[in-house]
Amino acid sequence: MFGPGIWRRGIMTDMFPEMMRFQKEMNRFFSGLTQEYDQHYPPINVWVGEDDVLIRAEIPGMDPDKIEITTKGDLLYIRGSREPETLGEGCRYHRRERGYGRFSRTLQLPFKVNQDKVEAGYEKGILQIVLPRAEEDKPRKIVIKSE
Amino acid sequence: MDQEYKPFEKQPAKEPAEPERTKNVKVFRPKVDIYETQETIVLTADVPGVDENSVDIILDKNVLKINGTVEQTEAQGRSLYYTEYDVGDYQRNFTLSEDVDREKIEATVKNGVLRVVLHKAEPVKAKKIAIKAG
Repeated sequence: MFGPGIWRRGIMTDMFPEMMRFQKEMNRFFSGLTQEYDQHYPPINVWVGEDDVLIRAEIPGMDPDKIEITTKGDLLYIRGSREPETLGEGCRYHRRERGYGRFSRTLQLPFKVNQDKVEAGYEKGILQIVLPRAEEDKPRKIVIKSE
Repeated sequence: MDQEYKPFEKQPAKEPAEPERTKNVKVFRPKVDIYETQETIVLTADVPGVDENSVDIILDKNVLKINGTVEQTEAQGRSLYYTEYDVGDYQRNFTLSEDVDREKIEATVKNGVLRVVLHKAEPVKAKKIAIKAG
């Protein structure tokens, strides 16, 4: 497993989610399952561009109106609740693997966000948020005057 | 990771030879709920990234096969910074009991959740067998 090829980029990006999953499982194990909110759901992927951040999260089966996205400074909050299906009389489960319940995630972004231009979309169970960098936070090139 | 990838070395084949997928993407087993009502058996599966055009439901004898393909979507010039989930296809098979009406299977996909409704076949009416006196 730890051969010389491990540091090749492709393999590392493959391993990283596995490691994060393991960490998550351990956190869950030690947290005693008494949390009111699931703080590790939904799983997210983050891309960083020159002047914006793209975040995608897998939240299948949500009503887009029920996902609450708020930003404050360089923080992003994703909150919501996945409702269990209500079964009628005489129904019984054979399998129940899909989770449900309330979740709340807070992410710290690498820069402050222009709150007016945040765009979010929800398609095929994937939430996508584009957060542009705030104007006042953008790096400014300083021109050196020569006398 | 089953074995380390060495580009210039021959790889030993598995014995017996297993059929492999031609596409080199990860395959996930979707989480499902299955419940039974009086007339139906309902299966719901979490398949984020799948829509009605990219999911196949195949009933082969009494095996229900669910195959979903997910296209990798690029992030236009941005570089990956942090990941918690992988993108890949979905695959899962279920063996059905015999009492399912094969002609009446309904499937829908909404917001990344697949829902398959299987109708139970009409129960065979109990038939009283008259015993003739010999």
